[in-house]
Parts: sequence; C-alpha cells; structure tokens
Amino acid sequence: MDIAKFASFITQAIIIGIPLLYGATGEMITEKSGNLNLGIPGIMYVGGISGVLGGYFWETYGDKTNGFMCILIPMICSLVASAAMAFIYSFLTITLRANQNVTGLVLTTFGMGLGSFIGGSLSTILDSGATVSLNATGAFFKTTLPFASKLGLFGKTFLSFGFLAYLAIIIAIVSAFILRKTRVGLNLKAVGENPATADAAGINVTRYKYAATCIGGAIAGLGGLYYVMDFIGGTWSNGGFGDRGWLAIAIVIFCLWKPDLGILGSVLFGGLYIVYMYIDDLPRASQEIFKMLPYLVTILVLILISVRKKRENQPPASLGVSYFREER
Amino acid sequence: MSHVAPHSEPLVRLSKRDVMPAWQGILVRIIGVLLGVALSSLFIVLVTDLNPAEVFTSLFDGCFGSPRRIWNLFQNTAILLCIALAVTPAYKMKFWNIGAEGQVLMGAAATAACMIYFGNGINQWLLIPIMVISSLFAGMVWGMIPAFFKAHFNTNETLFTLMMNYVATQIVAFLITYWENPKGSNSVGVINASTKAGWLPYLFDKQYLINIIIVVALTAVMYVYLKYSKHGYEISVVGESENTARYIGINVKKVILRTMALSGALCGLAGLLLVSGTTHTISTNTAGGRGFTAILVSWLAKFNPAVMMLTSFLIVFFERGAAQIATNFRMNESLADIITGIILFFIIGSEFFLNYKLNFRHKHKEEA
Repeated sequence: MDIAKFASFITQAIIIGIPLLYGATGEMITEKSGNLNLGIPGIMYVGGISGVLGGYFWETYGDKTNGFMCILIPMICSLVASAAMAFIYSFLTITLRANQNVTGLVLTTFGMGLGSFIGGSLSTILDSGATVSLNATGAFFKTTLPFASKLGLFGKTFLSFGFLAYLAIIIAIVSAFILRKTRVGLNLKAVGENPATADAAGINVTRYKYAATCIGGAIAGLGGLYYVMDFIGGTWSNGGFGDRGWLAIAIVIFCLWKPDLGILGSVLFGGLYIVYMYIDDLPRASQEIFKMLPYLVTILVLILISVRKKRENQPPASLGVSYFREER
Repeated sequence: MSHVAPHSEPLVRLSKRDVMPAWQGILVRIIGVLLGVALSSLFIVLVTDLNPAEVFTSLFDGCFGSPRRIWNLFQNTAILLCIALAVTPAYKMKFWNIGAEGQVLMGAAATAACMIYFGNGINQWLLIPIMVISSLFAGMVWGMIPAFFKAHFNTNETLFTLMMNYVATQIVAFLITYWENPKGSNSVGVINASTKAGWLPYLFDKQYLINIIIVVALTAVMYVYLKYSKHGYEISVVGESENTARYIGINVKKVILRTMALSGALCGLAGLLLVSGTTHTISTNTAGGRGFTAILVSWLAKFNPAVMMLTSFLIVFFERGAAQIATNFRMNESLADIITGIILFFIIGSEFFLNYKLNFRHKHKEEA
C-alpha cells in the first residue's frame, strides 16, 4: 500500500470513526451512571433524522445562505430530540424502575421506526425518491479549516474534517477529564458502582442518573447528525446508518469505559469497518469475514477483561440494575 | 448539605408491593395497553388527520381480514413464541441473553446448508432429522460460547451475546456469497424450489400448520419443564441467588451451561422453522429482529410460557395491524414500529404499578 493510499485509509477511518465516537462517548457517560442504554442505536438514528427535519424547515422557510443558522437549527433539533429519547428511557428505568435491557431494545425499535417514518414521509412530500437531500446545509457542515488543504498530506489526513469531527474529540477529552478529575465525575462513577452507597453519601442518585443518561443521549445523537450532514453531505436515506449504533456500544467495552481511549478505539473500529475496501482483490466472501472483525475484537476484549479481573477495567458494578432505595 | 425542615416528608414515597391480586394486575396492564393505543391514535391523527376509528378498523382488517392474513398472524405468533420460549429459561436464570437473533440465524444457516448440500442426495425422511439435529446443534454452540465464559470468568453476557449477533450475521452474509442463486444477486432465492427437498411438510395442505403445532407442543413442554422438573427448579434458584444455589449444592456452572445449551438449541429450532417451514430461503434478515422482540414477549409474560402465548399474539397483532394501516393509508411502513414502540412503552411502564405502591403524604393531625 503506498503512502497516499494509506493516508486516505487513515482519513476514511477517522470519518467513519467519528459517529461511533459520539455514540460511544454518550453511552460511556450513560453507563457510568449504571444505566445500560441499549437504545443508543435508536437515539443516534433519531439524532440524524431530527437534524434533517430541522435543516429541511430552515432551508424551506429560512435563509439558506446563513451558514450559522443552517448549522445551529439542525444541531439544536438533534440535541433536543435525542435528549428527549434518552428521557423516555430515563423515566422508564429510573423513575418507574423498568428493566433496562427491555426498555433499551424497545427504544431502539421505536427510534428506528420514528426515523424511517419521518425520513420516508419527508421524501414522499418532497417527491425525491427514497432520499432527502439538503445540500446547502450539508455543505456548511462539511466546511473545513481554510488552510487545511495547503498543508499537504498532513493537512489532508488530519485537518480536512468538518467542525463536528473536532467537536467529537473535544467532547471525548472533556468527558474523560470530568470523569477522572472532578467531583461531579467521581460522584457519577460512585452512582454507577454502588448507588446505595452513593445515596448514603448524600449524592442525589436519581438526578445523576437522569442527567448522565440525557446528556449521554444528546451526545450520541450528534453522531447521527454528523453521519447524515457531514459524512453523507446532507442526504438522508432510510437505514443508511446501518449497525453503527451497536458498534458504538462495542467501542464502550473495547475502550474499557474510558472516553479518551474511545478516540483511538473509534478510529480503529472505523478502520476495521472499511479495511476490506483497501485490500486489493479481496473476494466478496472474505470481505464479509473482514466485516466481522470489530465484533470479534470486542468479544476478545470482553473475555480478556473478565479473565484478568483488573478492578479499574470492569464495567460499572451496578450496570443494568435499577436502583430502589428500600431494596436490600 | 441543604437544611432539612423537620416535617418535610416527600410528597410521594415508594414502597414495594406485596403480591397484587391477579385481577388488579390484569386491569393495570389493560389500562397500560389502552393508554398506549390512545397515544398512538393521537400520533396518527396528528401526523395524518385521519379518523382514528377508521385507522383501527384497518388494524383488525390487517390481522383477520382474510384467511391468508389469519394464517400469517398465527405463523408469526408461533415463530415469535418459539424464540421467546427459547430465551425464557436463560432469563429465568437472570442470564441476559440478547443473542437470540444470532442463535436463530445460526440455526437457520445450518438448516439451509443441509438443504443445499444434502437436498438432492438424501431421502426426505432422513434429511429432515439431519436438519433438525444440525440446527439445534448450531444454535446450541452459539448459545454456549457466551455461557462458557459467563460460567467460568463471569464475562458480561449481555454485551457478549449482543456481539455474537453480528458475528452470526456476517457468517450468514459470508455463506450467501457461496449460496447465491442466481449468481451475483446476493440472495439465496428459494432453496430446492423444484424438488421441495428439506421443506417441512404441509399438513392438510396448510403450509404453516406444522410450525404452529410444533410451537404449541413446545409451549406445553416448556411450561412443565420450568414448573415441575428438577432442572426448572434449579434454574429458578440460580436466578434468585447464585449464593443460595451454591449453598444448597447446585452446580451453578453446570446449570448455566445446560440452560444456555437448551436456550440456544431452541433458538436454532426457530431458525429451522423459519427456513424449512416458512421462507425456504435465508438472508441476513431471516431472524428479522424477532430475537429482540422475543425478550419482550418473555419478560412481559413474567417468564410464564402459557402467558407468552398471549403476549406474543398481542405484539404480532399490533405489528401486523399497524403494517396494514400503513398500506391502507399509504403511509410509511415504519409506522408499525412506532405504534408497537409506544404501546410497549406503556406496558413496560405499567409494570411499575404492579411492583410498587405510591404512598402519598398524609396530613398529620397535629399539623392541621
């Protein structure tokens, strides 16, 4: 593989990895509070379509040339809608103590349904076949740093992304910092490890769980927005998001619930996701085997951490269990 | 710490409920479903301004409108029920197997492989037992891999089984590249369309009857197995508390492995019913999300196989009905997922009122 091809592979791995990073960071924050939100794929899907919906209304009724608003409106829509999705999950699992696995799976079904319904209806209204195209909005999202193209191969490989890509990395680093160094982060971890102890220590368990799940959901939703606006360039097609949501959950495990590691993990998974395209003359059958890699690697990590039993690498101890104060 | 006023009892205090009378439990659930239906109607009206009564007529029409639709309704219920029965022993043991999707796919792949490779050489009466054994075995292996690591290293089974789904999907995608017919179509097409080798027989000329009979029998067996057998008892004890199980001399590892072997094998059977008894083809979408929906069926029925007949029927009823609504009113077919989702949210939410009691703040006499 020559250097230019390798550089393009790295670039592709990064842009495939960015939506995964958003999803993984969101899910990590959520899981740190002890909530295993399997609704993340649905939330990311809704995050994407709500951005499209916002972008559609702004392009139709607003000022298409105002780049700031073209970005702001879809972003707000995406954040609000995905936080609302996460709120449904929170209300059911935290306040009503419903089973987390079941609730998450229903949320994914619901989110996929909602996204495809809106997407399908929108393309019917627009009479645009099976897709919805918002090229003006997409172009604003894809705007890169003005000097990136002048920096040669380095600029092309690492600096040629839209702002959402950098935001993903910033969010991951900030989350890692908050979780590791601040009181809020440590409290959150305490809630996820042992809510009863956290409760006894005066931490408001309910509030932390709600906040972590909703903020986590909103962040994950941005992954959907990045995918449709930047990666695809403003064109929505139903189901196009694929299994990226589940891959994001895989990264959470792969990166041992550490958002900063998540950056590397996402790029690695992005690379595994597309590596088959970069191997010359790979027959289609082997391509399918290559697509298995991210999941196999995750399983391997899962086994390794459980065999080694290193305490700081374990899932949050109360993960998947609803907390009821009076339970013994 | 904020200063706490002396009489600040919270407005609502939760407490665990003792067992609720059965009729109350049913009532709460019915109210849940009705609220869900009401909210979905509201959704339909808001986005389409159709008359909800009209819409719900077509819901029934979609399920019972013609003999063919009724057969489809019961066929889908049977398959969903089969997978739900399969995951139930594991769930009762608190082994969160969300890998049914993959286990079904592996069973389906094994069935399809037998049909393709042995379809022309072997007598039909020998072929079908071979198919049954290999599908059970494939599902079993897929279920036992995570179980082995759970039993020995306490590896998180929810995440493990979830990942196994996608490995299975890719294995099927891989096999399809070999089996595709015609070449380049990336789909397998109907297997043995002319010879019908390896197709489950049509009893009384009804294609789906045999599936339904198998699943009904399985329901009865599973009911007895869980309720009256020693295995069933061990599963319940392990589910309640592993420590108790160990204390009374149950080999927990053995129970986990055995139960997941059973669970996976039955998922494999569902794969057989799908490929050999229903579609006569295979795709990565053969399980079609049923592996996940089955978890709901089992959980909503409180792991009781008899009640699962009802819950699986209910879910398929809403899915198929909503699909019909979408067709009749030229809406997107994803409407079905939205309606099912909303109704399920309400059913899930109503569980809360079965398990917990709300104690509102009393006005104390001395305060008055």
